[in-house]
Amino acid sequence: MSEEERTIHVGYLSRVEGEGALHLAWKGEELVDLRLRIFEPPRFFEGLLRGRMATEAADITARICGICPVAYQTSACVAVEDAFGVTLPPHLLAMRRALYCGEWIESHVLHMLMLHTPDFLGVPDAMGVARLNRDMVQAGLRVKKAGNALVAALGGREIHPINVKVGGFWRLPRRDELDRVREQLVAARPEALAMVRWMGTFDFPELDRDVPLVALRPADTYPFFEGDLGTTTGLTIDVHQWSDHFAEEHVERSTALHCRLHGQPYLTGPLARFALNRDRLPDDLRALADELGLEAGVVRPFRSILVRGVEVLYAIDEALRLLDGFPVHLEPSVPVTPRAGVGWGASEAPRGTLVHRYEIDGDGRIVSAVITPPTSQNQLAIEADLRELAPELRSLDEDAARHRAEMAIRNHDPCISCSTHFLTLERVIEPA
Amino acid sequence: MRLAVHKFASCDGCQLSVLDCEDELLTIVEAVEIAYFPEASSRMDDGPWDCSLVEGSITTAHDAERIQEVRRKSKRLVTIGACATAGGIQALRNLGDVEAWRAVVYARPEYVATLATSTAIADHVPVDFELRGCPVDKHQLLEVLLAMLHDRRPAIPRESVCADCRRAGQVCVTVAKGVPCLGPATQAGCGALCPGYHRGCYGCFGPSDHPNAPALSRVWQAHGADRDTIVAALRTFNTAAPAFDAEAKRLEEDR
Repeated sequence: MSEEERTIHVGYLSRVEGEGALHLAWKGEELVDLRLRIFEPPRFFEGLLRGRMATEAADITARICGICPVAYQTSACVAVEDAFGVTLPPHLLAMRRALYCGEWIESHVLHMLMLHTPDFLGVPDAMGVARLNRDMVQAGLRVKKAGNALVAALGGREIHPINVKVGGFWRLPRRDELDRVREQLVAARPEALAMVRWMGTFDFPELDRDVPLVALRPADTYPFFEGDLGTTTGLTIDVHQWSDHFAEEHVERSTALHCRLHGQPYLTGPLARFALNRDRLPDDLRALADELGLEAGVVRPFRSILVRGVEVLYAIDEALRLLDGFPVHLEPSVPVTPRAGVGWGASEAPRGTLVHRYEIDGDGRIVSAVITPPTSQNQLAIEADLRELAPELRSLDEDAARHRAEMAIRNHDPCISCSTHFLTLERVIEPA
Repeated sequence: MRLAVHKFASCDGCQLSVLDCEDELLTIVEAVEIAYFPEASSRMDDGPWDCSLVEGSITTAHDAERIQEVRRKSKRLVTIGACATAGGIQALRNLGDVEAWRAVVYARPEYVATLATSTAIADHVPVDFELRGCPVDKHQLLEVLLAMLHDRRPAIPRESVCADCRRAGQVCVTVAKGVPCLGPATQAGCGALCPGYHRGCYGCFGPSDHPNAPALSRVWQAHGADRDTIVAALRTFNTAAPAFDAEAKRLEEDR
């Protein structure tokens, strides 16, 4: 090995949900290989769903991810309702949306405060952040707790809620349950605002990306599970036409599948939702986005933490709006009659669009299931970010390079459990 | 106490329960040294540890080796959740054809290395305490951490959900409405949540002590459930827990 060749193995990626490795190789100055490998032990959900009742899909697929079970339950319910021809009345759609607000709050604050902020402050974890600013961490934990309280009030418990079913819910919340959670959300609102303004003072590495963005874009609101998919390339895609536009490929380095839009890498998640739905936000949150320097038409992954912050505030306000005067006396669900068919469901998990497709037989049993999680869609775009950063990753010393690469990956909050844990950084630099 | 948190095949929900202890978290880290918890910290102390919390089941040859190392380095080993304690929902593969499933899920199945089974941690190494739940209950998790800290046995009841349900003053969904409920055979710990939402318990804490599952099957049948329905109910997140698995097999053989 000449003195210009180097192979570097650097720990594995912490503060993400999953196990992975990053391999980088240069010949001289030229980057010749970049691979983000993901290896979570496969759990075969799409296989084990075959033959189960379609009405079981929500509780079963929730177990794909303990961080975003509401996203799995929602996409599953929407897809099965699509196949069965079931339409939910406004109060049940409102409750489904409010439950989803709770998941955005708790998942986003977990990521912002406990997983991503340590990168900006150069500490190993949230305990390190607490040593620098204990009051802020305690305030952030109260915001997270309010999100969890919302999921528990509407879903029964924070992780793997038990109250969600095809056609609505098992029971509606009682007025006293709503009053308690309402108090927590009202108290969390100013604390969330102070937290995101504090995060706005962080030092953000520069990275401007030019990558197609994909998110749901409803006619009149910020998306959770409504509307068609919009893209920054100008497409409007009914989710039923998903297969005409998106294709998944299986590559050797990964137990996650890679998804492309017309052959191209693309990005879903908060950056995409915000870019495509900025005009759906209320005036005060658009003004906050301006104040935080989130310019329209620019994709800056290192500022994703601030976009999450804007979404946390949106979710708090939206939940309060939805639950104000909520009709607790109405029916908790609509009747569901199984029929044979194919159903699609898309929803905006905290980390990106989550698509479920079920083929169901006349008895209501699942014939086949296809689940496309956000991380398999975002993996190629994450690699593209790292490619942009390659000159920096080559020149920085080993610790700094690993830190920068991990931070860039965490920008997209990959939930590797969804598909696939821990990152090993391998750098190979060979002579030209 | 030096604490480690390890992940095997799982959804991360049980270890997330540690981070969901928002009120207690800063107090916990004052009492416990979190030496290894990759999902929460980039500090990764290689051990040995006083206590390891293990989430997830064993589904690969690599993980079967890794759990041996975790055991060697841990004074106490506690499994958290249905995956680590009973194999999880992914243990449904133990009944099916994993080769066929691999082909269903992955276009290039040869790229994916996996065992034919998903098994509990106790099938591989001695376990000091098993905490049930899909997910675990965070109050029970705090009790286990306190017990480990004070070197005593955790006070976790093995009674059935029915005990909790009565204490909560809830009306029995089976008696009052004929709704099939796994509560009589399922371990308490969730606070009898599902009956409080007018649905039957679906067994996410696994079998209680002496569950008498065959008697429960007869109750379900008396309320009109067919065998397939009962088998499906037993074959979810704790499908490989011995009492649920035995009853499902008995019903299947009867068919």
